[in-house]
Amino acid sequence: MRRDRLRVALYSVLIGAVLLGIWQAAVAGKAPGKSIPGPAEVATTAAHMLAHPFYDNGPNDKGIGLQLAASLGRMAIGYTIASVIAVSLGVVLGLSPVLYRAVNPYVQVLKPISPLAWMPLFLYTIRDSAQAAVLVIVMSSLWPTLANTAFGVASIKRDYLNVAAILQLSWPRRLVTVILPAAAPAIVAGLRISVGSAWVAIVAAEMLIGGTGIGYFVWNEWNNLALTSVIFAILAIGVIGVLLDAGLGRLSRRLAYTE
Amino acid sequence: MHKIEAERDAILERAVERSIEHAVFGGELGRRAFVARVGAATAAAALASVFPLGAARALAQDKPGPPEKKDLKVGFIPITCATPIIMAEPMGFYKKHGLNVQVTKASSWAMIRDLSINGETDATHMLSPMPLAISLGVGSQSVPYVMPAVENINGQAITLATRHKAVKSPAEMKGFKFGVPFDFSMHNFLLRYYLAEGGVDPDRDVQIRAVPPPEMVANLRAGNLDGYLAPDPFNQRAVFEEVGFIHLLSKDIWPGHPCCAFAAKREFAEKTPNTFRALLSAIVDATQYARDRKNRKEIAAAIAPKNFLNQPVEVLEQVLTGVFPDGLGTTKNVPDRIDFDPFPYHSMAVWILTQMKRWGYLKTDVTYKKVAEEVFLASACRDTLKSLGYKTPDTASVKHTFALGKTKVFDPDRPDDYLKSFAIRKA
Repeated sequence: MRRDRLRVALYSVLIGAVLLGIWQAAVAGKAPGKSIPGPAEVATTAAHMLAHPFYDNGPNDKGIGLQLAASLGRMAIGYTIASVIAVSLGVVLGLSPVLYRAVNPYVQVLKPISPLAWMPLFLYTIRDSAQAAVLVIVMSSLWPTLANTAFGVASIKRDYLNVAAILQLSWPRRLVTVILPAAAPAIVAGLRISVGSAWVAIVAAEMLIGGTGIGYFVWNEWNNLALTSVIFAILAIGVIGVLLDAGLGRLSRRLAYTE
Repeated sequence: MHKIEAERDAILERAVERSIEHAVFGGELGRRAFVARVGAATAAAALASVFPLGAARALAQDKPGPPEKKDLKVGFIPITCATPIIMAEPMGFYKKHGLNVQVTKASSWAMIRDLSINGETDATHMLSPMPLAISLGVGSQSVPYVMPAVENINGQAITLATRHKAVKSPAEMKGFKFGVPFDFSMHNFLLRYYLAEGGVDPDRDVQIRAVPPPEMVANLRAGNLDGYLAPDPFNQRAVFEEVGFIHLLSKDIWPGHPCCAFAAKREFAEKTPNTFRALLSAIVDATQYARDRKNRKEIAAAIAPKNFLNQPVEVLEQVLTGVFPDGLGTTKNVPDRIDFDPFPYHSMAVWILTQMKRWGYLKTDVTYKKVAEEVFLASACRDTLKSLGYKTPDTASVKHTFALGKTKVFDPDRPDDYLKSFAIRKA
């Protein structure tokens, strides 16, 4: 086990080094500014940006920390709203197969729509760009949680529900003590997929609406064709994505149970 | 001022005012002395007893009230056309006129439109055809807009990808994919004019798409576009990046054409007239400052940082001073490559409307002149110019001369004949 872990770490580092090597080889010998920046340039930019993550030079020029915080804050609101809706609706659908089949066609139609496609409609109707961005997050993180919750609740062992019925538990208690815990692993799996798609959507949404956020940062640097900053932002987005996923992964391990 | 008067009324009113002043006080000096002695209110009452409308106007001109709203947001797209709007913040023009303005960057013209309609910005940088289109409800919900000032004249260019270095005329551009910033832009109408004059039908022979200006260089490099008629710095930036060359400056199509503008909802101008006036003064003041060529280097440095254009100063200087490499190996010196002149001639609006009609954007019949007078507030701009001590044009409607190929003159009094004179048109 211990040796395995060591080998995993070793391979990881090796793969990373190979990727960096390919990157470096691809840009080597080209005049700076005429091709993609190399790892060294990106590292310099990264060091510079990480040294002052929270500077604020006005509405269009803020540090990377503030940009990421803005995106995370926006995402937290949208994701929370989506999760509450998705879990509630998912429980109802999971408990009622008839309703599930009635609603399913609509879910199937809505699910594949890129959340960004809603943006013009939201902007037109709610007339606020910040709220429109939050709604885009809601649309992006609704479906995986909804589908997983419905599936998780529908596949709870009949025995558990029967016992709850025999004990004449009230509906709120049944929900809290039987249904949610039993479906928890499936729900969290859904939440985990949702957090990923929310993070994907927020970057794209911010590129459209402007203002603050890591997506806007990427767009603003793209204006200036400052690719080192763009690459650094891409890495930062990736790291945050990993952290979000790891957080929910830990939660799911805690909630797992064996029958 | 609850209603912004049409140009004719304004001229009439001023004539009346002046004659009343002469009759009552014996000239400008007499009025000042009288107001100083008895106070503005008494003066107003005295004048009002003779002619109420004129009184309100005369006093409003003499000393406008404090702004109803001081903290404002003004939207902009990061291009050199927005120079006066942007530089007014770092260079203190808004402060000078008693306002606390934050300029906010938007990612595309559709966003600019929606931020403004939704009230997230108080006033905004727009392309001069936009307030006309939005007021008419073309390509937008219908919201009455006013445009009291043009930002820049000239300052655009047709840039082609380096691989088309041999291309010299529109005829060789058949099959090209072109970018313009927005459907309702001077860029779109000038590019269409240019192609059609060269016998190329812009709807059949080429493809024209709306691409946000900041994304144009990247698209040109990727081969996604063959060229664009775009605002600077993105023409010069393409040269700087060695991905394109400047084929033609827009001033060689229509010398002195308007491009970007300062606009707001009519509601904003009517509900907060003093704020509107102060804001307009700041913009016109900044525009006149930008007009002076010796200030251009200083301006380039002020608007280059990340907060504003986020561009290399070198590129901005090349644009603003008119000394620039064209990407074909020559360095050109064109002092009026971009210029700044705030006056929104009604005739400019009429030309834009004829082109909206020509290319099928405007499907209904409108009285061009009426729309032009309602949206392009020449009288408001004239008042502001006067109050700042600048010269003003004699008339709000002039004939415009197009320099491309065989010189053509646009007569704003005969728009229908003008429209019919084009061989290539949709309507």
